Amino acid sequence: MAESKTGPAWTGNYLQDYGRRRGLMAWLTTTDHKRIGLMYMMAMFFFFTVAVMLGVLIRLELMNPGMQYVTPRVYNSLFTLHGVIMIFLFIVPGIPAVMGNFILPLQLGADDVSFPKLNLASWYVYIAGAVLALTSLFAGGGVPDTGWTFYAPYALRSGSNVSLAVFAAFVLGFSSIMTGMNFITTIHRLRAPGMGFFRMPLFCWGLYATSWIQVIATPVVGITLLLVIMERWLGIGFFDPARGGDPVLYQHLFWIYSHPVVYVMILPAMGVISEILPTFAGRTVFGYKAIALSSMAIAIVGYMVWGHHMFTVGMSDTARRVFSILTFLVAIPTGIKVFNWMATLYKGSIRIEPPLLWALGFVFLFSIGGLTGLVNGALATDIHVHDTAFVVGHFHYTMFGGAGVGLFAAMHYWWPKIFGRMYNRKRAIWAWGIFMVGFNVLYFPMLVLGIMGMPRRYADYLPRFHTPELISTVGSWILVSGLILMVWNLIRAIKHGEPAPANPWGGTTLEWQTTSPPPQLNFAVAPTVTTGPYDHTALRAAAAKEAQ
Amino acid sequence: MAGASSYSGMVDKTFWMILGSSVIMLLGITATMILFMVKYRRSRHPVASDIEGSATLETLWTVLPTVLVMVMFYYGWAGFKVMRETPKGAMPVTVQARMWSWSFKYENGKQTTELYVPVGRPVAVNLESADVIHSFFVPAFRMKEDCMPGRHNHAWFQAEREGVYDIMCAEYCGDKHSAMLSKVIAVPADTFDVWLERGGGRPTGLKLMQIKGCVACHTSDGSKLVGPTYKGLFGSKVRVTTNGVEREVLADEDYLRRSILQPKADIVVGFQPQMPDMAGQLDDEDIKLIIDYIKRQ
Ligand code: HEM
Ligand SMILES: [Cu+2]
Ligand SMILES: [Cu+2]
Repeated sequence: MAESKTGPAWTGNYLQDYGRRRGLMAWLTTTDHKRIGLMYMMAMFFFFTVAVMLGVLIRLELMNPGMQYVTPRVYNSLFTLHGVIMIFLFIVPGIPAVMGNFILPLQLGADDVSFPKLNLASWYVYIAGAVLALTSLFAGGGVPDTGWTFYAPYALRSGSNVSLAVFAAFVLGFSSIMTGMNFITTIHRLRAPGMGFFRMPLFCWGLYATSWIQVIATPVVGITLLLVIMERWLGIGFFDPARGGDPVLYQHLFWIYSHPVVYVMILPAMGVISEILPTFAGRTVFGYKAIALSSMAIAIVGYMVWGHHMFTVGMSDTARRVFSILTFLVAIPTGIKVFNWMATLYKGSIRIEPPLLWALGFVFLFSIGGLTGLVNGALATDIHVHDTAFVVGHFHYTMFGGAGVGLFAAMHYWWPKIFGRMYNRKRAIWAWGIFMVGFNVLYFPMLVLGIMGMPRRYADYLPRFHTPELISTVGSWILVSGLILMVWNLIRAIKHGEPAPANPWGGTTLEWQTTSPPPQLNFAVAPTVTTGPYDHTALRAAAAKEAQ
Repeated sequence: MAGASSYSGMVDKTFWMILGSSVIMLLGITATMILFMVKYRRSRHPVASDIEGSATLETLWTVLPTVLVMVMFYYGWAGFKVMRETPKGAMPVTVQARMWSWSFKYENGKQTTELYVPVGRPVAVNLESADVIHSFFVPAFRMKEDCMPGRHNHAWFQAEREGVYDIMCAEYCGDKHSAMLSKVIAVPADTFDVWLERGGGRPTGLKLMQIKGCVACHTSDGSKLVGPTYKGLFGSKVRVTTNGVEREVLADEDYLRRSILQPKADIVVGFQPQMPDMAGQLDDEDIKLIIDYIKRQ
């Protein structure tokens, strides 16, 4: 009977093996976008766990003034590893690699992405980059201690194994570019009949804007990282003034990529929120076009604001003013999204379920992230908080409270689709509550500390910073308890959860029209589209009929 | 509200303005979400209405935030403008940063490891670094500007009240980044003038080595820190690596001079090439004094 498990006629789901290969080999050679999404998820989950543990260690050392558990050198390596893993291995691939891969073709009504083999290749490139990054820890001159930004000239002089770590980031960039190209092509070519660009779900819009950034911005950082390697190995003076180079040039090149990349993290998360809110409000989204186009606006304006990371390097005062005003401009499309989301709840018929709570958690935490960003965008105030704990608080609110929580929201939303099982609702809500409390206890004190003048990347600090540091450390324990409960609840559901129906939440986009979990080729009958993505009339009529 | 520096009040006003409107917006957003969750939950409001959008509302919440952020930009810019316009006649002080210490050089040649300034008079700082990037941060004054190797950044401040204020390095610079601290000591102007005159002229060799931070990594008592000790160094044979080749050299005056000016030329076996090159921070006479001191150890 194994032999008959091929082709569209087969009615099993994608989690079951079909075709020639079985077990692990079947996964490692798969070109199914759903399986590749899950493989990304497993790899990223591993790295996330490691980096969270490093984060907890950082907090433990900072609990009290003085050095308790590690030397300053080890502390510096801890935050470098924590940052490098979180950024390059977790949050940048993040939602696109896991949820984009799994959901994008389903939402478009397609069988797969445009280039399934390239998709598998990009997973292997990601793994290769990750292996290189891990090797850099154990081989050569010791664990890198430069911070995730690899600033010259420090990164050029550090005796630690920086070249390999930088090369790893370079390789990971290729994985990003490949995924980006794949998604752009898929969105242009594989939409279901009837699905114009403005009938596309907003998650796809988020991925579309993201993919363009990945394709256009990533090569810049690739070249920059190569220049760093050439300087370290061949002694060519690009960035080190002792060799005639310019360290400010490095920072420009680095941020030309690394600022847009924060939108690579956040735009897909915004897309997730734009899916969840209409579903649980049981109504259409408010201001569809504004949300879709603001993603593109953020992607475009976001290209021109990188200098706000460099307000104290001694750029001309005019340049600082221009970068400041452009930074404020990005706030506008972001604000539009938040207001449209709130309006989507207005006169809805709201069901409070875990995905909705995570989505609202996103709106709350990301608002704090965005609003503290205004402090960083204004010149007079940024001069004071630049490179302090305030910035560390700000970017955890945006990247973790935003992109990270967006991923958790997506997992709670699509978990029944992915595994065909429901998780425990009550436990999910508890995990959310503990996480939200822990998050704010952990990161809010950092905002306070920064305003008090506590610099970042400090292994030790003056006694006057003690109280907020201590509170923050306690917060890290609460947050991790919430995370553990959440992960355990989700994993448990895969085996022990109740079977999930095709459309457990009353969603209107195409992925809910196929079974949970979906069959290998996604749809038994290829869907066609006749309405906008969030049209609830059919669902409402069905519910009314059932009620009679 | 009088701050510690002449412009800290303006910066704080910008803080209050931005943080204040942020708190109001955050409370507004949160309260609205909770209100809608209660008011429109399915048990109370079983049938949703599809509202596709509203041109008026959407224009409103595009225009209002635009105005608000432009006001914020203006405040930030106005405060910044003051920070960047050094008043004429400000007293110049050169701030020299290196891994991992600060020193300050006054016009009359006086050098210190803590920054003494007169209350009520503007001070123009000229920022230098001997090695990697550091950042001169005085939180109480709301001032910060990076010390870049190979270029001169500038900033200014004016202390308004007597007191002792922390200086911290705000740009990550390696192992002892968090120990790269010093103080601004603001004293009355007449006390300052007396103080400045007293210590004019060139410091001794040992004093120079304290000021330039040499003692953070080298000792005279034979113990080994980040760098080798001076004890018994002069006239001894030292194993070094030069361009990747290991060799033995005699620690004579030339060797010491080279080690100070081009520390990466010969790396003593067992140590990392971490020492900043002091060429920009010491003149010939300084180096002679330091070598004389090392000879005596
Ligand atoms: C349990 C969770 C976490 C804890 C306890 C934690 C804690 C910290 C702390 C205390 C620092 C500051 C280190 C310093 O300045 O000395 C830091 C830095 C950082 N964190 Fe986290 N963090 C967590 C999760 C995350 C997540 C989810 C992300 C990304 C999405 C992230 C990204 C970063 C980055 C990029 C840095 C900067 C590293 C650098 O300065 O080079 N963290 N984290
Ligand atoms: Cu940025
Ligand atoms: Cu430093």
